[in-house]
Order: sequence, then structure tokens, then C-alpha cells
Amino acid sequence: MGAVLAKVRPGGQLRLSQEQIILLVVASLFVVFSLLLNGFFTAENLLNLLRSVSSLGILSVAMAVVVIARGMDLSLVASMGVATAISIQLMRTDLGTPMALLVGLGIVLLMGAINGFLIAFVEIPPLFATLASGLLIYGLARTVILDGLIVELPPDRDFVRWLGQGVVFGIPAPIIIFVVVAVVAHFLLSRTRTGRFIYAHGDNSGAAGLTGIPVRPLTVTEYMITGAIGLVGGLVMAGSVGGFNTQIIDGSLIYDVLLVVVVGGISLVGGRGGVLSVVAGTALIGVMLNGMTILNMNTHEKDIVKGLILLAALVLDNRLHPRDEETVRQGD
Amino acid sequence: MTESVTPRRVTSRRPPERNVPADETLGMKLRHLRRRIALQQVFAELFAKRWMEPAIPLALLVGVVVFFSIAAPGFATEQNLLSSSAELAELALVCLGMAVVLISGGIDLSVGSMFGLCNMVVLLLVTLSGLPVIAAIGLGLLIGALLGAINGSIVAYLKARPFLTTLVTLIIFRGVLNLLDLNFSAQTATAFVLDPIWEWFSTGKVAGIPFSFITLVVVLLIGHIVLSRSRLGWHITAVGASRRAARHAGIRVERVLLLSYVFSGLLCALAGIFYAARLSSASARVGEGMELTVLTAVILGGISLSGGKGTVWRAFIGAATISLLGKGLLLMNVGGEVFQTVLAGVLILAVGLDLKWGKNRGKAIQKTYVNPTIVQYGDLPDCRPGSGSAFEMNDRLVGAESIGVGKVEGPEDVILDKQGRLYCGTRQGWIMRFSGENFENAEIFARIGGHPLGLAFDADDNLVVCVAGMGLYAVTPDGEVRKLTDESNRTWTRLRDDSRLRLADDLDIAPDGKIYFSEGTTRFEMADWILDGVEGRPNGRLLCYDPETGKTRTVIRDLVFPNGVCCSHDGKSFLIAQTWLCRILRYWIDGPNKGRIEVFMENFPGYLDNINRASDGTYWVALNGMRSPAYDLAMRMPVFRRRMMKRIPRDEWLYPSMNHGCVVKVSESGEVLETLWDPGGTAHATITSMREHDGYLYIGGLENNRVGRIKLDNSPAESVGAGAPSVAGTAAS
Repeated sequence: MGAVLAKVRPGGQLRLSQEQIILLVVASLFVVFSLLLNGFFTAENLLNLLRSVSSLGILSVAMAVVVIARGMDLSLVASMGVATAISIQLMRTDLGTPMALLVGLGIVLLMGAINGFLIAFVEIPPLFATLASGLLIYGLARTVILDGLIVELPPDRDFVRWLGQGVVFGIPAPIIIFVVVAVVAHFLLSRTRTGRFIYAHGDNSGAAGLTGIPVRPLTVTEYMITGAIGLVGGLVMAGSVGGFNTQIIDGSLIYDVLLVVVVGGISLVGGRGGVLSVVAGTALIGVMLNGMTILNMNTHEKDIVKGLILLAALVLDNRLHPRDEETVRQGD
Repeated sequence: MTESVTPRRVTSRRPPERNVPADETLGMKLRHLRRRIALQQVFAELFAKRWMEPAIPLALLVGVVVFFSIAAPGFATEQNLLSSSAELAELALVCLGMAVVLISGGIDLSVGSMFGLCNMVVLLLVTLSGLPVIAAIGLGLLIGALLGAINGSIVAYLKARPFLTTLVTLIIFRGVLNLLDLNFSAQTATAFVLDPIWEWFSTGKVAGIPFSFITLVVVLLIGHIVLSRSRLGWHITAVGASRRAARHAGIRVERVLLLSYVFSGLLCALAGIFYAARLSSASARVGEGMELTVLTAVILGGISLSGGKGTVWRAFIGAATISLLGKGLLLMNVGGEVFQTVLAGVLILAVGLDLKWGKNRGKAIQKTYVNPTIVQYGDLPDCRPGSGSAFEMNDRLVGAESIGVGKVEGPEDVILDKQGRLYCGTRQGWIMRFSGENFENAEIFARIGGHPLGLAFDADDNLVVCVAGMGLYAVTPDGEVRKLTDESNRTWTRLRDDSRLRLADDLDIAPDGKIYFSEGTTRFEMADWILDGVEGRPNGRLLCYDPETGKTRTVIRDLVFPNGVCCSHDGKSFLIAQTWLCRILRYWIDGPNKGRIEVFMENFPGYLDNINRASDGTYWVALNGMRSPAYDLAMRMPVFRRRMMKRIPRDEWLYPSMNHGCVVKVSESGEVLETLWDPGGTAHATITSMREHDGYLYIGGLENNRVGRIKLDNSPAESVGAGAPSVAGTAAS
């Protein structure tokens, strides 16, 4: 938000915001990788990098909405995955693409509403509620609805395929979609009443309630928005590989999303950061992942490195935005 | 002489504990019966019990066992249970670790990864390294403790969020496990271990019970002692309950937190070792998703997420429930995915219940605690001036002298000793003494500590006092306070423990020296005594304290607010005034009717308080408030009263009117002889007691700021012996 601009302190010292620091780190990593790694600084690799991180970026924008509101949605990947898989499974029948996508949208919205209800009305801490609800919806989908672990996109569904593989003016569609989502989310968060309310909610939920913001319904809305944006990310993922592997839900994608959000500077205490933070975080993680891939690290090594960085980011976030250790509630 | 108060003679052993109209229909009888049963009351009293919280998970466990014993063939077999017990032991050990962390106010989601990693490490050490098994096991435990210490130091010293921290270490540990799997596990497949200790860990049995289960029992016992009896355990609980208070008390919060995570790691390692020995499965998937199972089990067992609450047994109960549930579903051919789904649903439900219950338990008990029942009255006697009834209002108390205005607050009962000094209790918990010609010398005779409600002198001039909230006390002539009793025998058929005296109200002493005293209600404290009136249930009792043996026993239980107690002139019976039923009972302690209870008088126009002997063989009765048609109607309608209590704030409820009363003189045969009123209620609004002495009547009131005195013109000038039973006086002399 306003913190995006560098501020000059009275002493004349330049003070950088977290996003700017991250962007500087990205730039230096970029230079280092370009110099040291073979095949990093090629147009093909860079375009690849951008395409591969754009779905992660979209998911992170989704997560950013609830984290700004001092929440957390660990079920993001699960609800996105289940909704995408069911949409694609419906596309394998005679159902029209819009209808199938609407069903998917319905699922994520319902999931968001359930999460919001559990958090706002039953008052279960967000981490518990979404951890359990994610496992619940994934389990339900696997046992009741989905035919198999992997659903393949039929070749005639051009729209979804375009989302992942299309090219406009030489730019891959995922990148364009990421930009569009980011711009829309930025507009939503910074220019609309709901957006400002979300910041107020995250900054001080009690004060927000006292000023008359309907905090509980707002919470439900936040999780529904998160789910809807998440679905876009899921469709982009499905389009780019021509199908959807639900095992991704079991994987470490949710940690990547968390990593982007926390590293980018959207503090878990809420009310801080914005869409630009997500862009910065996505750039950093994208460069890092790409570098690790070129270094030929396997998934497990990547997981360990990502985990360590995330741990460091969490500790750092806690240092930068301390919370009251002594009155904190479980699962905050 | 009077038409409104009808004397009744019922010669059954005990009259019904309600007002029975002469023309009661069968339907009305059934309604009474229906309202006597108070399921809500059972609920409220049940959930007020401390043992209720672990009882629910235990019932759930029993339910799971019973269900699968019936539904799943092969569940209740010895073989299945024994094999289950080995699996259960591993799960329960991990659950115990999680429980300790939860009690300390944290959470450990990395248990599954630690479990898997320790399993892998120990297997690798045993099969490939050539280390002795004992060393391998020791090393495994050390690694578990180390992993826990990593979690603990990040959470405790770097102050990171426990949930996210352990979620991240989950994936880091899992990554390490995967790497080990990738590089080494293929080699373990061919290795075969022949070592007696390893054998013992895998298949060892004592009396048919697997070694792992026995270890679990030992660990549970140690854990129980540490958690509930040791300094460390108390510190862990304190930190979980309130971190700030713990720090202020000088507890090293960080170290305690670190230790709790180390425990968790250690127990995961122990479980992992048993798992390794049992299955020799060097797979990277061991312990995947275990955090969900463990978390669900522990919360289901009743260990609160909010920290500071829980025992090792609850963790075990939760683990057993989940473990047997999984086993049962497996036997019923339900897939693991369904189990995971069920677990997630149960987790949401259990967490929601835990939080909501923890937050609203007190409120729920409070809301359901008062349970109105039907109370019926006869036609309300007319008290208006000119009505010609026996209770006709007059102004005889208007001219009463005031004693100690402003010096006493709430003299519920008054009494005079042989020297003619006046004693009364006050709200501050004192007994005041007034002496002198016009009682102008006020002094604090004794400080008891609770509001004295009933006074009587025994044969040795000790003042025996009923003290609200404390029990029965005696004050010697020197002002020395001594406790006589504060408990009675417990009613074992009741959920609520009624052995402690809550509201000892009034007393009198029988000719043989036994002290009979009433307890108005066993369900409400002094401050809430009026709620007993809204409820109208038989919550009170008559007790008897025997000075010879020092024992107290309950003489009559289930009385509707017995208030005044008075020995009859012949010493053979006691009169008991019941406030909410507006009637007087006669309880025979001697003579042919011994042990019987009968209704002496009923249908007074107001709520009765104390009752005392008059000098001429009659009795004085105090009415502390008057009935009103509206409230009489409300007392007939329990559903209405319940709705009233639910819908409107407490200070707007209908209550029995307690702002105006009178003194009534009744004869030995149950007739109203005369009444004394203070119509404006300026000096003596609520009258709770009166005492006749030397031709004067002294008047006390629970809410009054004075003691009143009025000359009785028509009474003979003889003394009643300072209120002590005349018969007792004769017996003593």
C-alpha cells in the first residue's frame, strides 16, 4: 500500500520497505544465478520461470487476502484442487465448460463459507479450522466424488487449455492472468470499501467491530474471495499440464504459498502488506525454485531448503511484527 | 375463629411436600408429578461436576468398543485386541507427547515426521551400522529429543508461532526422512536382525501382553506422577493456563516450553522404535498424516486446546478411541481414506465443542440451574382494613420503640438473656448486644464472620447461632465463638454434594438438649436465597445436632424452604415454618406420634419466617413478605417462570414480594389470634423474627436497620425465660 514507496527519514537515511528489500534480494539473486548457473539467463528459461510461478502467484494473492485479515487458509490448495478436479471431471461429460466452471466456483465458495463460518461463528482458530476442513474436503472428494487421482482435461476444452498454454502477443497466458488477478486484487484491497474493511479487520479486529464493521460476515466473505481467486490458480495449473493431479494437495504447494506471502512481507499479525508484496515474494521464490531446479536438487532437498527459509521468514516476521506472547490464543 | 387459615390434621407419616387443595383433580396430580421431575436440574448438576469432563470421552470410548464388538465380526477377539494393543501403544505414546505440549499451551504438528524419522534412523542403525541394538535405541531416543529440542527452542526462545513452526518442521523432517529413504532404505530390505533385545522389542510379551503396551502403562504412570505431582508438571500446567501469571510467579517459561517439546520428541522416538521393531518397515511414508490422528485423539480425549488442562489418562482415552475406531473400520472393510475423512470431521467437531464448551460451560450451568416447579396456594386471605378477616391490617406496630437505629444492619433474629440484654445478628457477621434501661449501650458481643440468622440460648447460657454459609456456632457468655457443626450426612442419591451446610436458618433446642435447626436450601447460597423461592422445590431440610455426641444428622429432607423452627410448649413436637409454601408443619419428636409430620396450619397470606413461643401458651409467627395474586399465579406456572428467567434480565424478574410483613399470633390448635402491622412499613417493613420478653415484643427484620419493641398490653407480666424453651429450663433444673 502506501508503504510501497521508499521513505526518507528525517535524518536523510533511506528506509526501505520489506517489498523493496525483497526485490533487491531478487535482483542480486538474479545476477548471481545468471553469472553462476548455466542456462539460467536465457529467454526460454526466464519465460518458463514466469509461467511456472504465475499459478503460485495467483494462489498467493488468494492467500494474501485472508492473511491481511489476520487469518490463514491452509485448505486453499485442497479446495482449489478438489474444485478444479471436479470441474475437469464434469468437462469429461457432455456438460458445457461454463457450467462445469460454475460448479467449481460453487464448491470453492461453499468451502470458503464453511471456513468463514467455523472461524467467525464457531470461533475455531483459523489454522485448525482450515487444516481440518482441507483434509475433510480432500477426503470426501477422494472417497465419494472423484474417479481417480489424476483427471485429464479433454482436448476439446479450449478455454481451460488456453488458460495454461495460450499466448497473447508473445506473452504466455498464465503471466497475463497473474497480472490481471494481481491488478484486480490490488484494486479490491486498496480502492473498495470491502478492501479497506479487510485491512481494518486484520489490523485490529476488536476495533473494527466497535466501529461497526460486521466482522463475522466479513470473515466469511474473505474466505470466499480467497477460494474464488484460488480456483483461478487451479485452472491455470490444470490448463498448463492438460489435467489435474490431486496428489498435489498432499504435497508442499501450500508451504510455497505461505513462503511467498510471508517472505513478501504480508505479516501474519494482519493488516500489513499488499499485492505488491505478493509479487515480490513470488519473484523471489520463483527465482529460487528455478535456481534449485537448475542445480538439479530433488524434491526432498527442495522441501528442506524451502522449509528452512520459511522457518527463517516466520521467525523474522515475528521479530519485525511482535505479538503479545502472553495473551495469545492457541492457533493464532 | 378464623375461616381463612384451616387447621389440617393429616396422620400419614409425612404430608406431601406441596400445598394440596381439597378438590385436586387427577390431571393436576399428574402435572405436579411431571413438574417434580427436573431433567434440566440433573443436567445442570451433572455438568457442574469436575469428573464430568473426562466422563464424556470415556463414554465415547465405551460406545466405540460396544459398537464394533457388535458390528464388526472379529473385533472383540483376544487376538485382535492384543494386536491392537501394540498399535495403540505406539499411538498413545505419541498422543501423550502431544498432550504435554498442548497442556503447556503449544502444539506439535511435527509428531508424524519425528515418528517416521526415528523409525527410519533406528532401523538403519540396527541393520546397517553394526552398532549394538541398545546403543541404536539410545541413539534413536536422543535424536527424538533433539528434534523436539529444535521445535522447542524455535518456539520458546525465538518466540515463533507453535502451529506454523511445527507445521514447517514437519515438512523439513519429512524431507530429511525422504532423503534417507532415497539413499539407504533399499539396503535394509535384505538385512535381517538377530538380537534378543530387538526381538524383545518386536515380539516380547509379558503374560500375553505386548512389551510396548506394558511400556506404555509404565510411561503413563510416570507421566501422571510427573504431570500432577511434580514441580515440573505443575510448571507445565501453569505455563499453559496463563503464561503471564506463570512468569510473574517466577517460572522460567521458556525452559518449561522447551522441555515440553523435548518430551514430545522423546515419546515420538520411543513410539517409532517400537514401530520399527514390530514392522521393520523402512518406508518414507511412515507416520504420514499422523498429526491429524494424534491431534484428533488428544482433543477428543478432552485435553483443551486452550492449554493448562488435561491429564495423561485423557490422552490415553482419546488414543484408544481413535485407535479402536480405525481398527474397527478396517475390520468393516472401510478404507483408510474414509478414516482420514472421518478424522478431519471429528477434529472440527471436537475443537468446536472444546472451545464453545470451555467458553460457555459456566453460563449453561447458570442458565439451567434454577428449575421452577408448580407451587399452589389456597385462596388469598384478604388483609385489607375493614375486610373483617383474621389478618385484617391494623397499625399496632406504628408506635413501636426503636432500638439501635443505624447501629445494626439486618437483625434477622433477636433474643434476650436472663439479665434482659438484647442480642441480634448483623449483616457484617457480628452479634450485637444492647444493654441498659432503654438498650442505649450497644456493643459488639461476638464477631462470627457470617450473617447470623437464628439465635437461641441453651441451658448453660451459651448463645447457639445459625450462621448463613457457615453452619451452627455457639458463643459462650464471654463472647467466645465455637463451631458446633458445619456438615451433615450426605444424601447419596443426589448428584450434588449436600453434606456442607449452606444456609442454616433458625434453631430451637429440645428438652433433651438436642439442637434442631433448619437449612432453608441446599442449592443456593445466601446471596441467591430468593432464587429458591422462584424455583419452589423442596431443597431444604431439618437437621439435628446432638451436643452429647457432637454428631449432626438430617432429620427431614426435601422440605420446601423450612425457615422458623420452634419447640412446642409441651416439648413433644417442633413447629417448622415453610416460607414458600406459607404453611407450618408439626414434627413430633416424642409421644405416640413420634416421627410423624403433619400440617399444623396452612394458607397464610404471606411468606413465613421465624416462629417463637409466646408467654401464654400460644406462638408468634413472623411474615417477611406478603403474597400477591399475580405472584401466586406465577408460582402455579413453572413454564412461565422459566421463560421469564431466560428472556429478561434478572433484576426484572417477578420475585416473591419481600417488602412488607406482619406478626401473627396463633394458638396451639392452629387458630389465628391476632396480628400486628406497620402499615406504612417505615420502621418495620420486612419482619423476620420476634421475641416476647417481660411483657414486651421485640421485632427483627432481615433488611431493617433497627430492632423494634412494643408493649403487649394484654399479656401476663411473667417472663418467658429469655426465649429458651421453658421445658428445657425445667429439664435442666
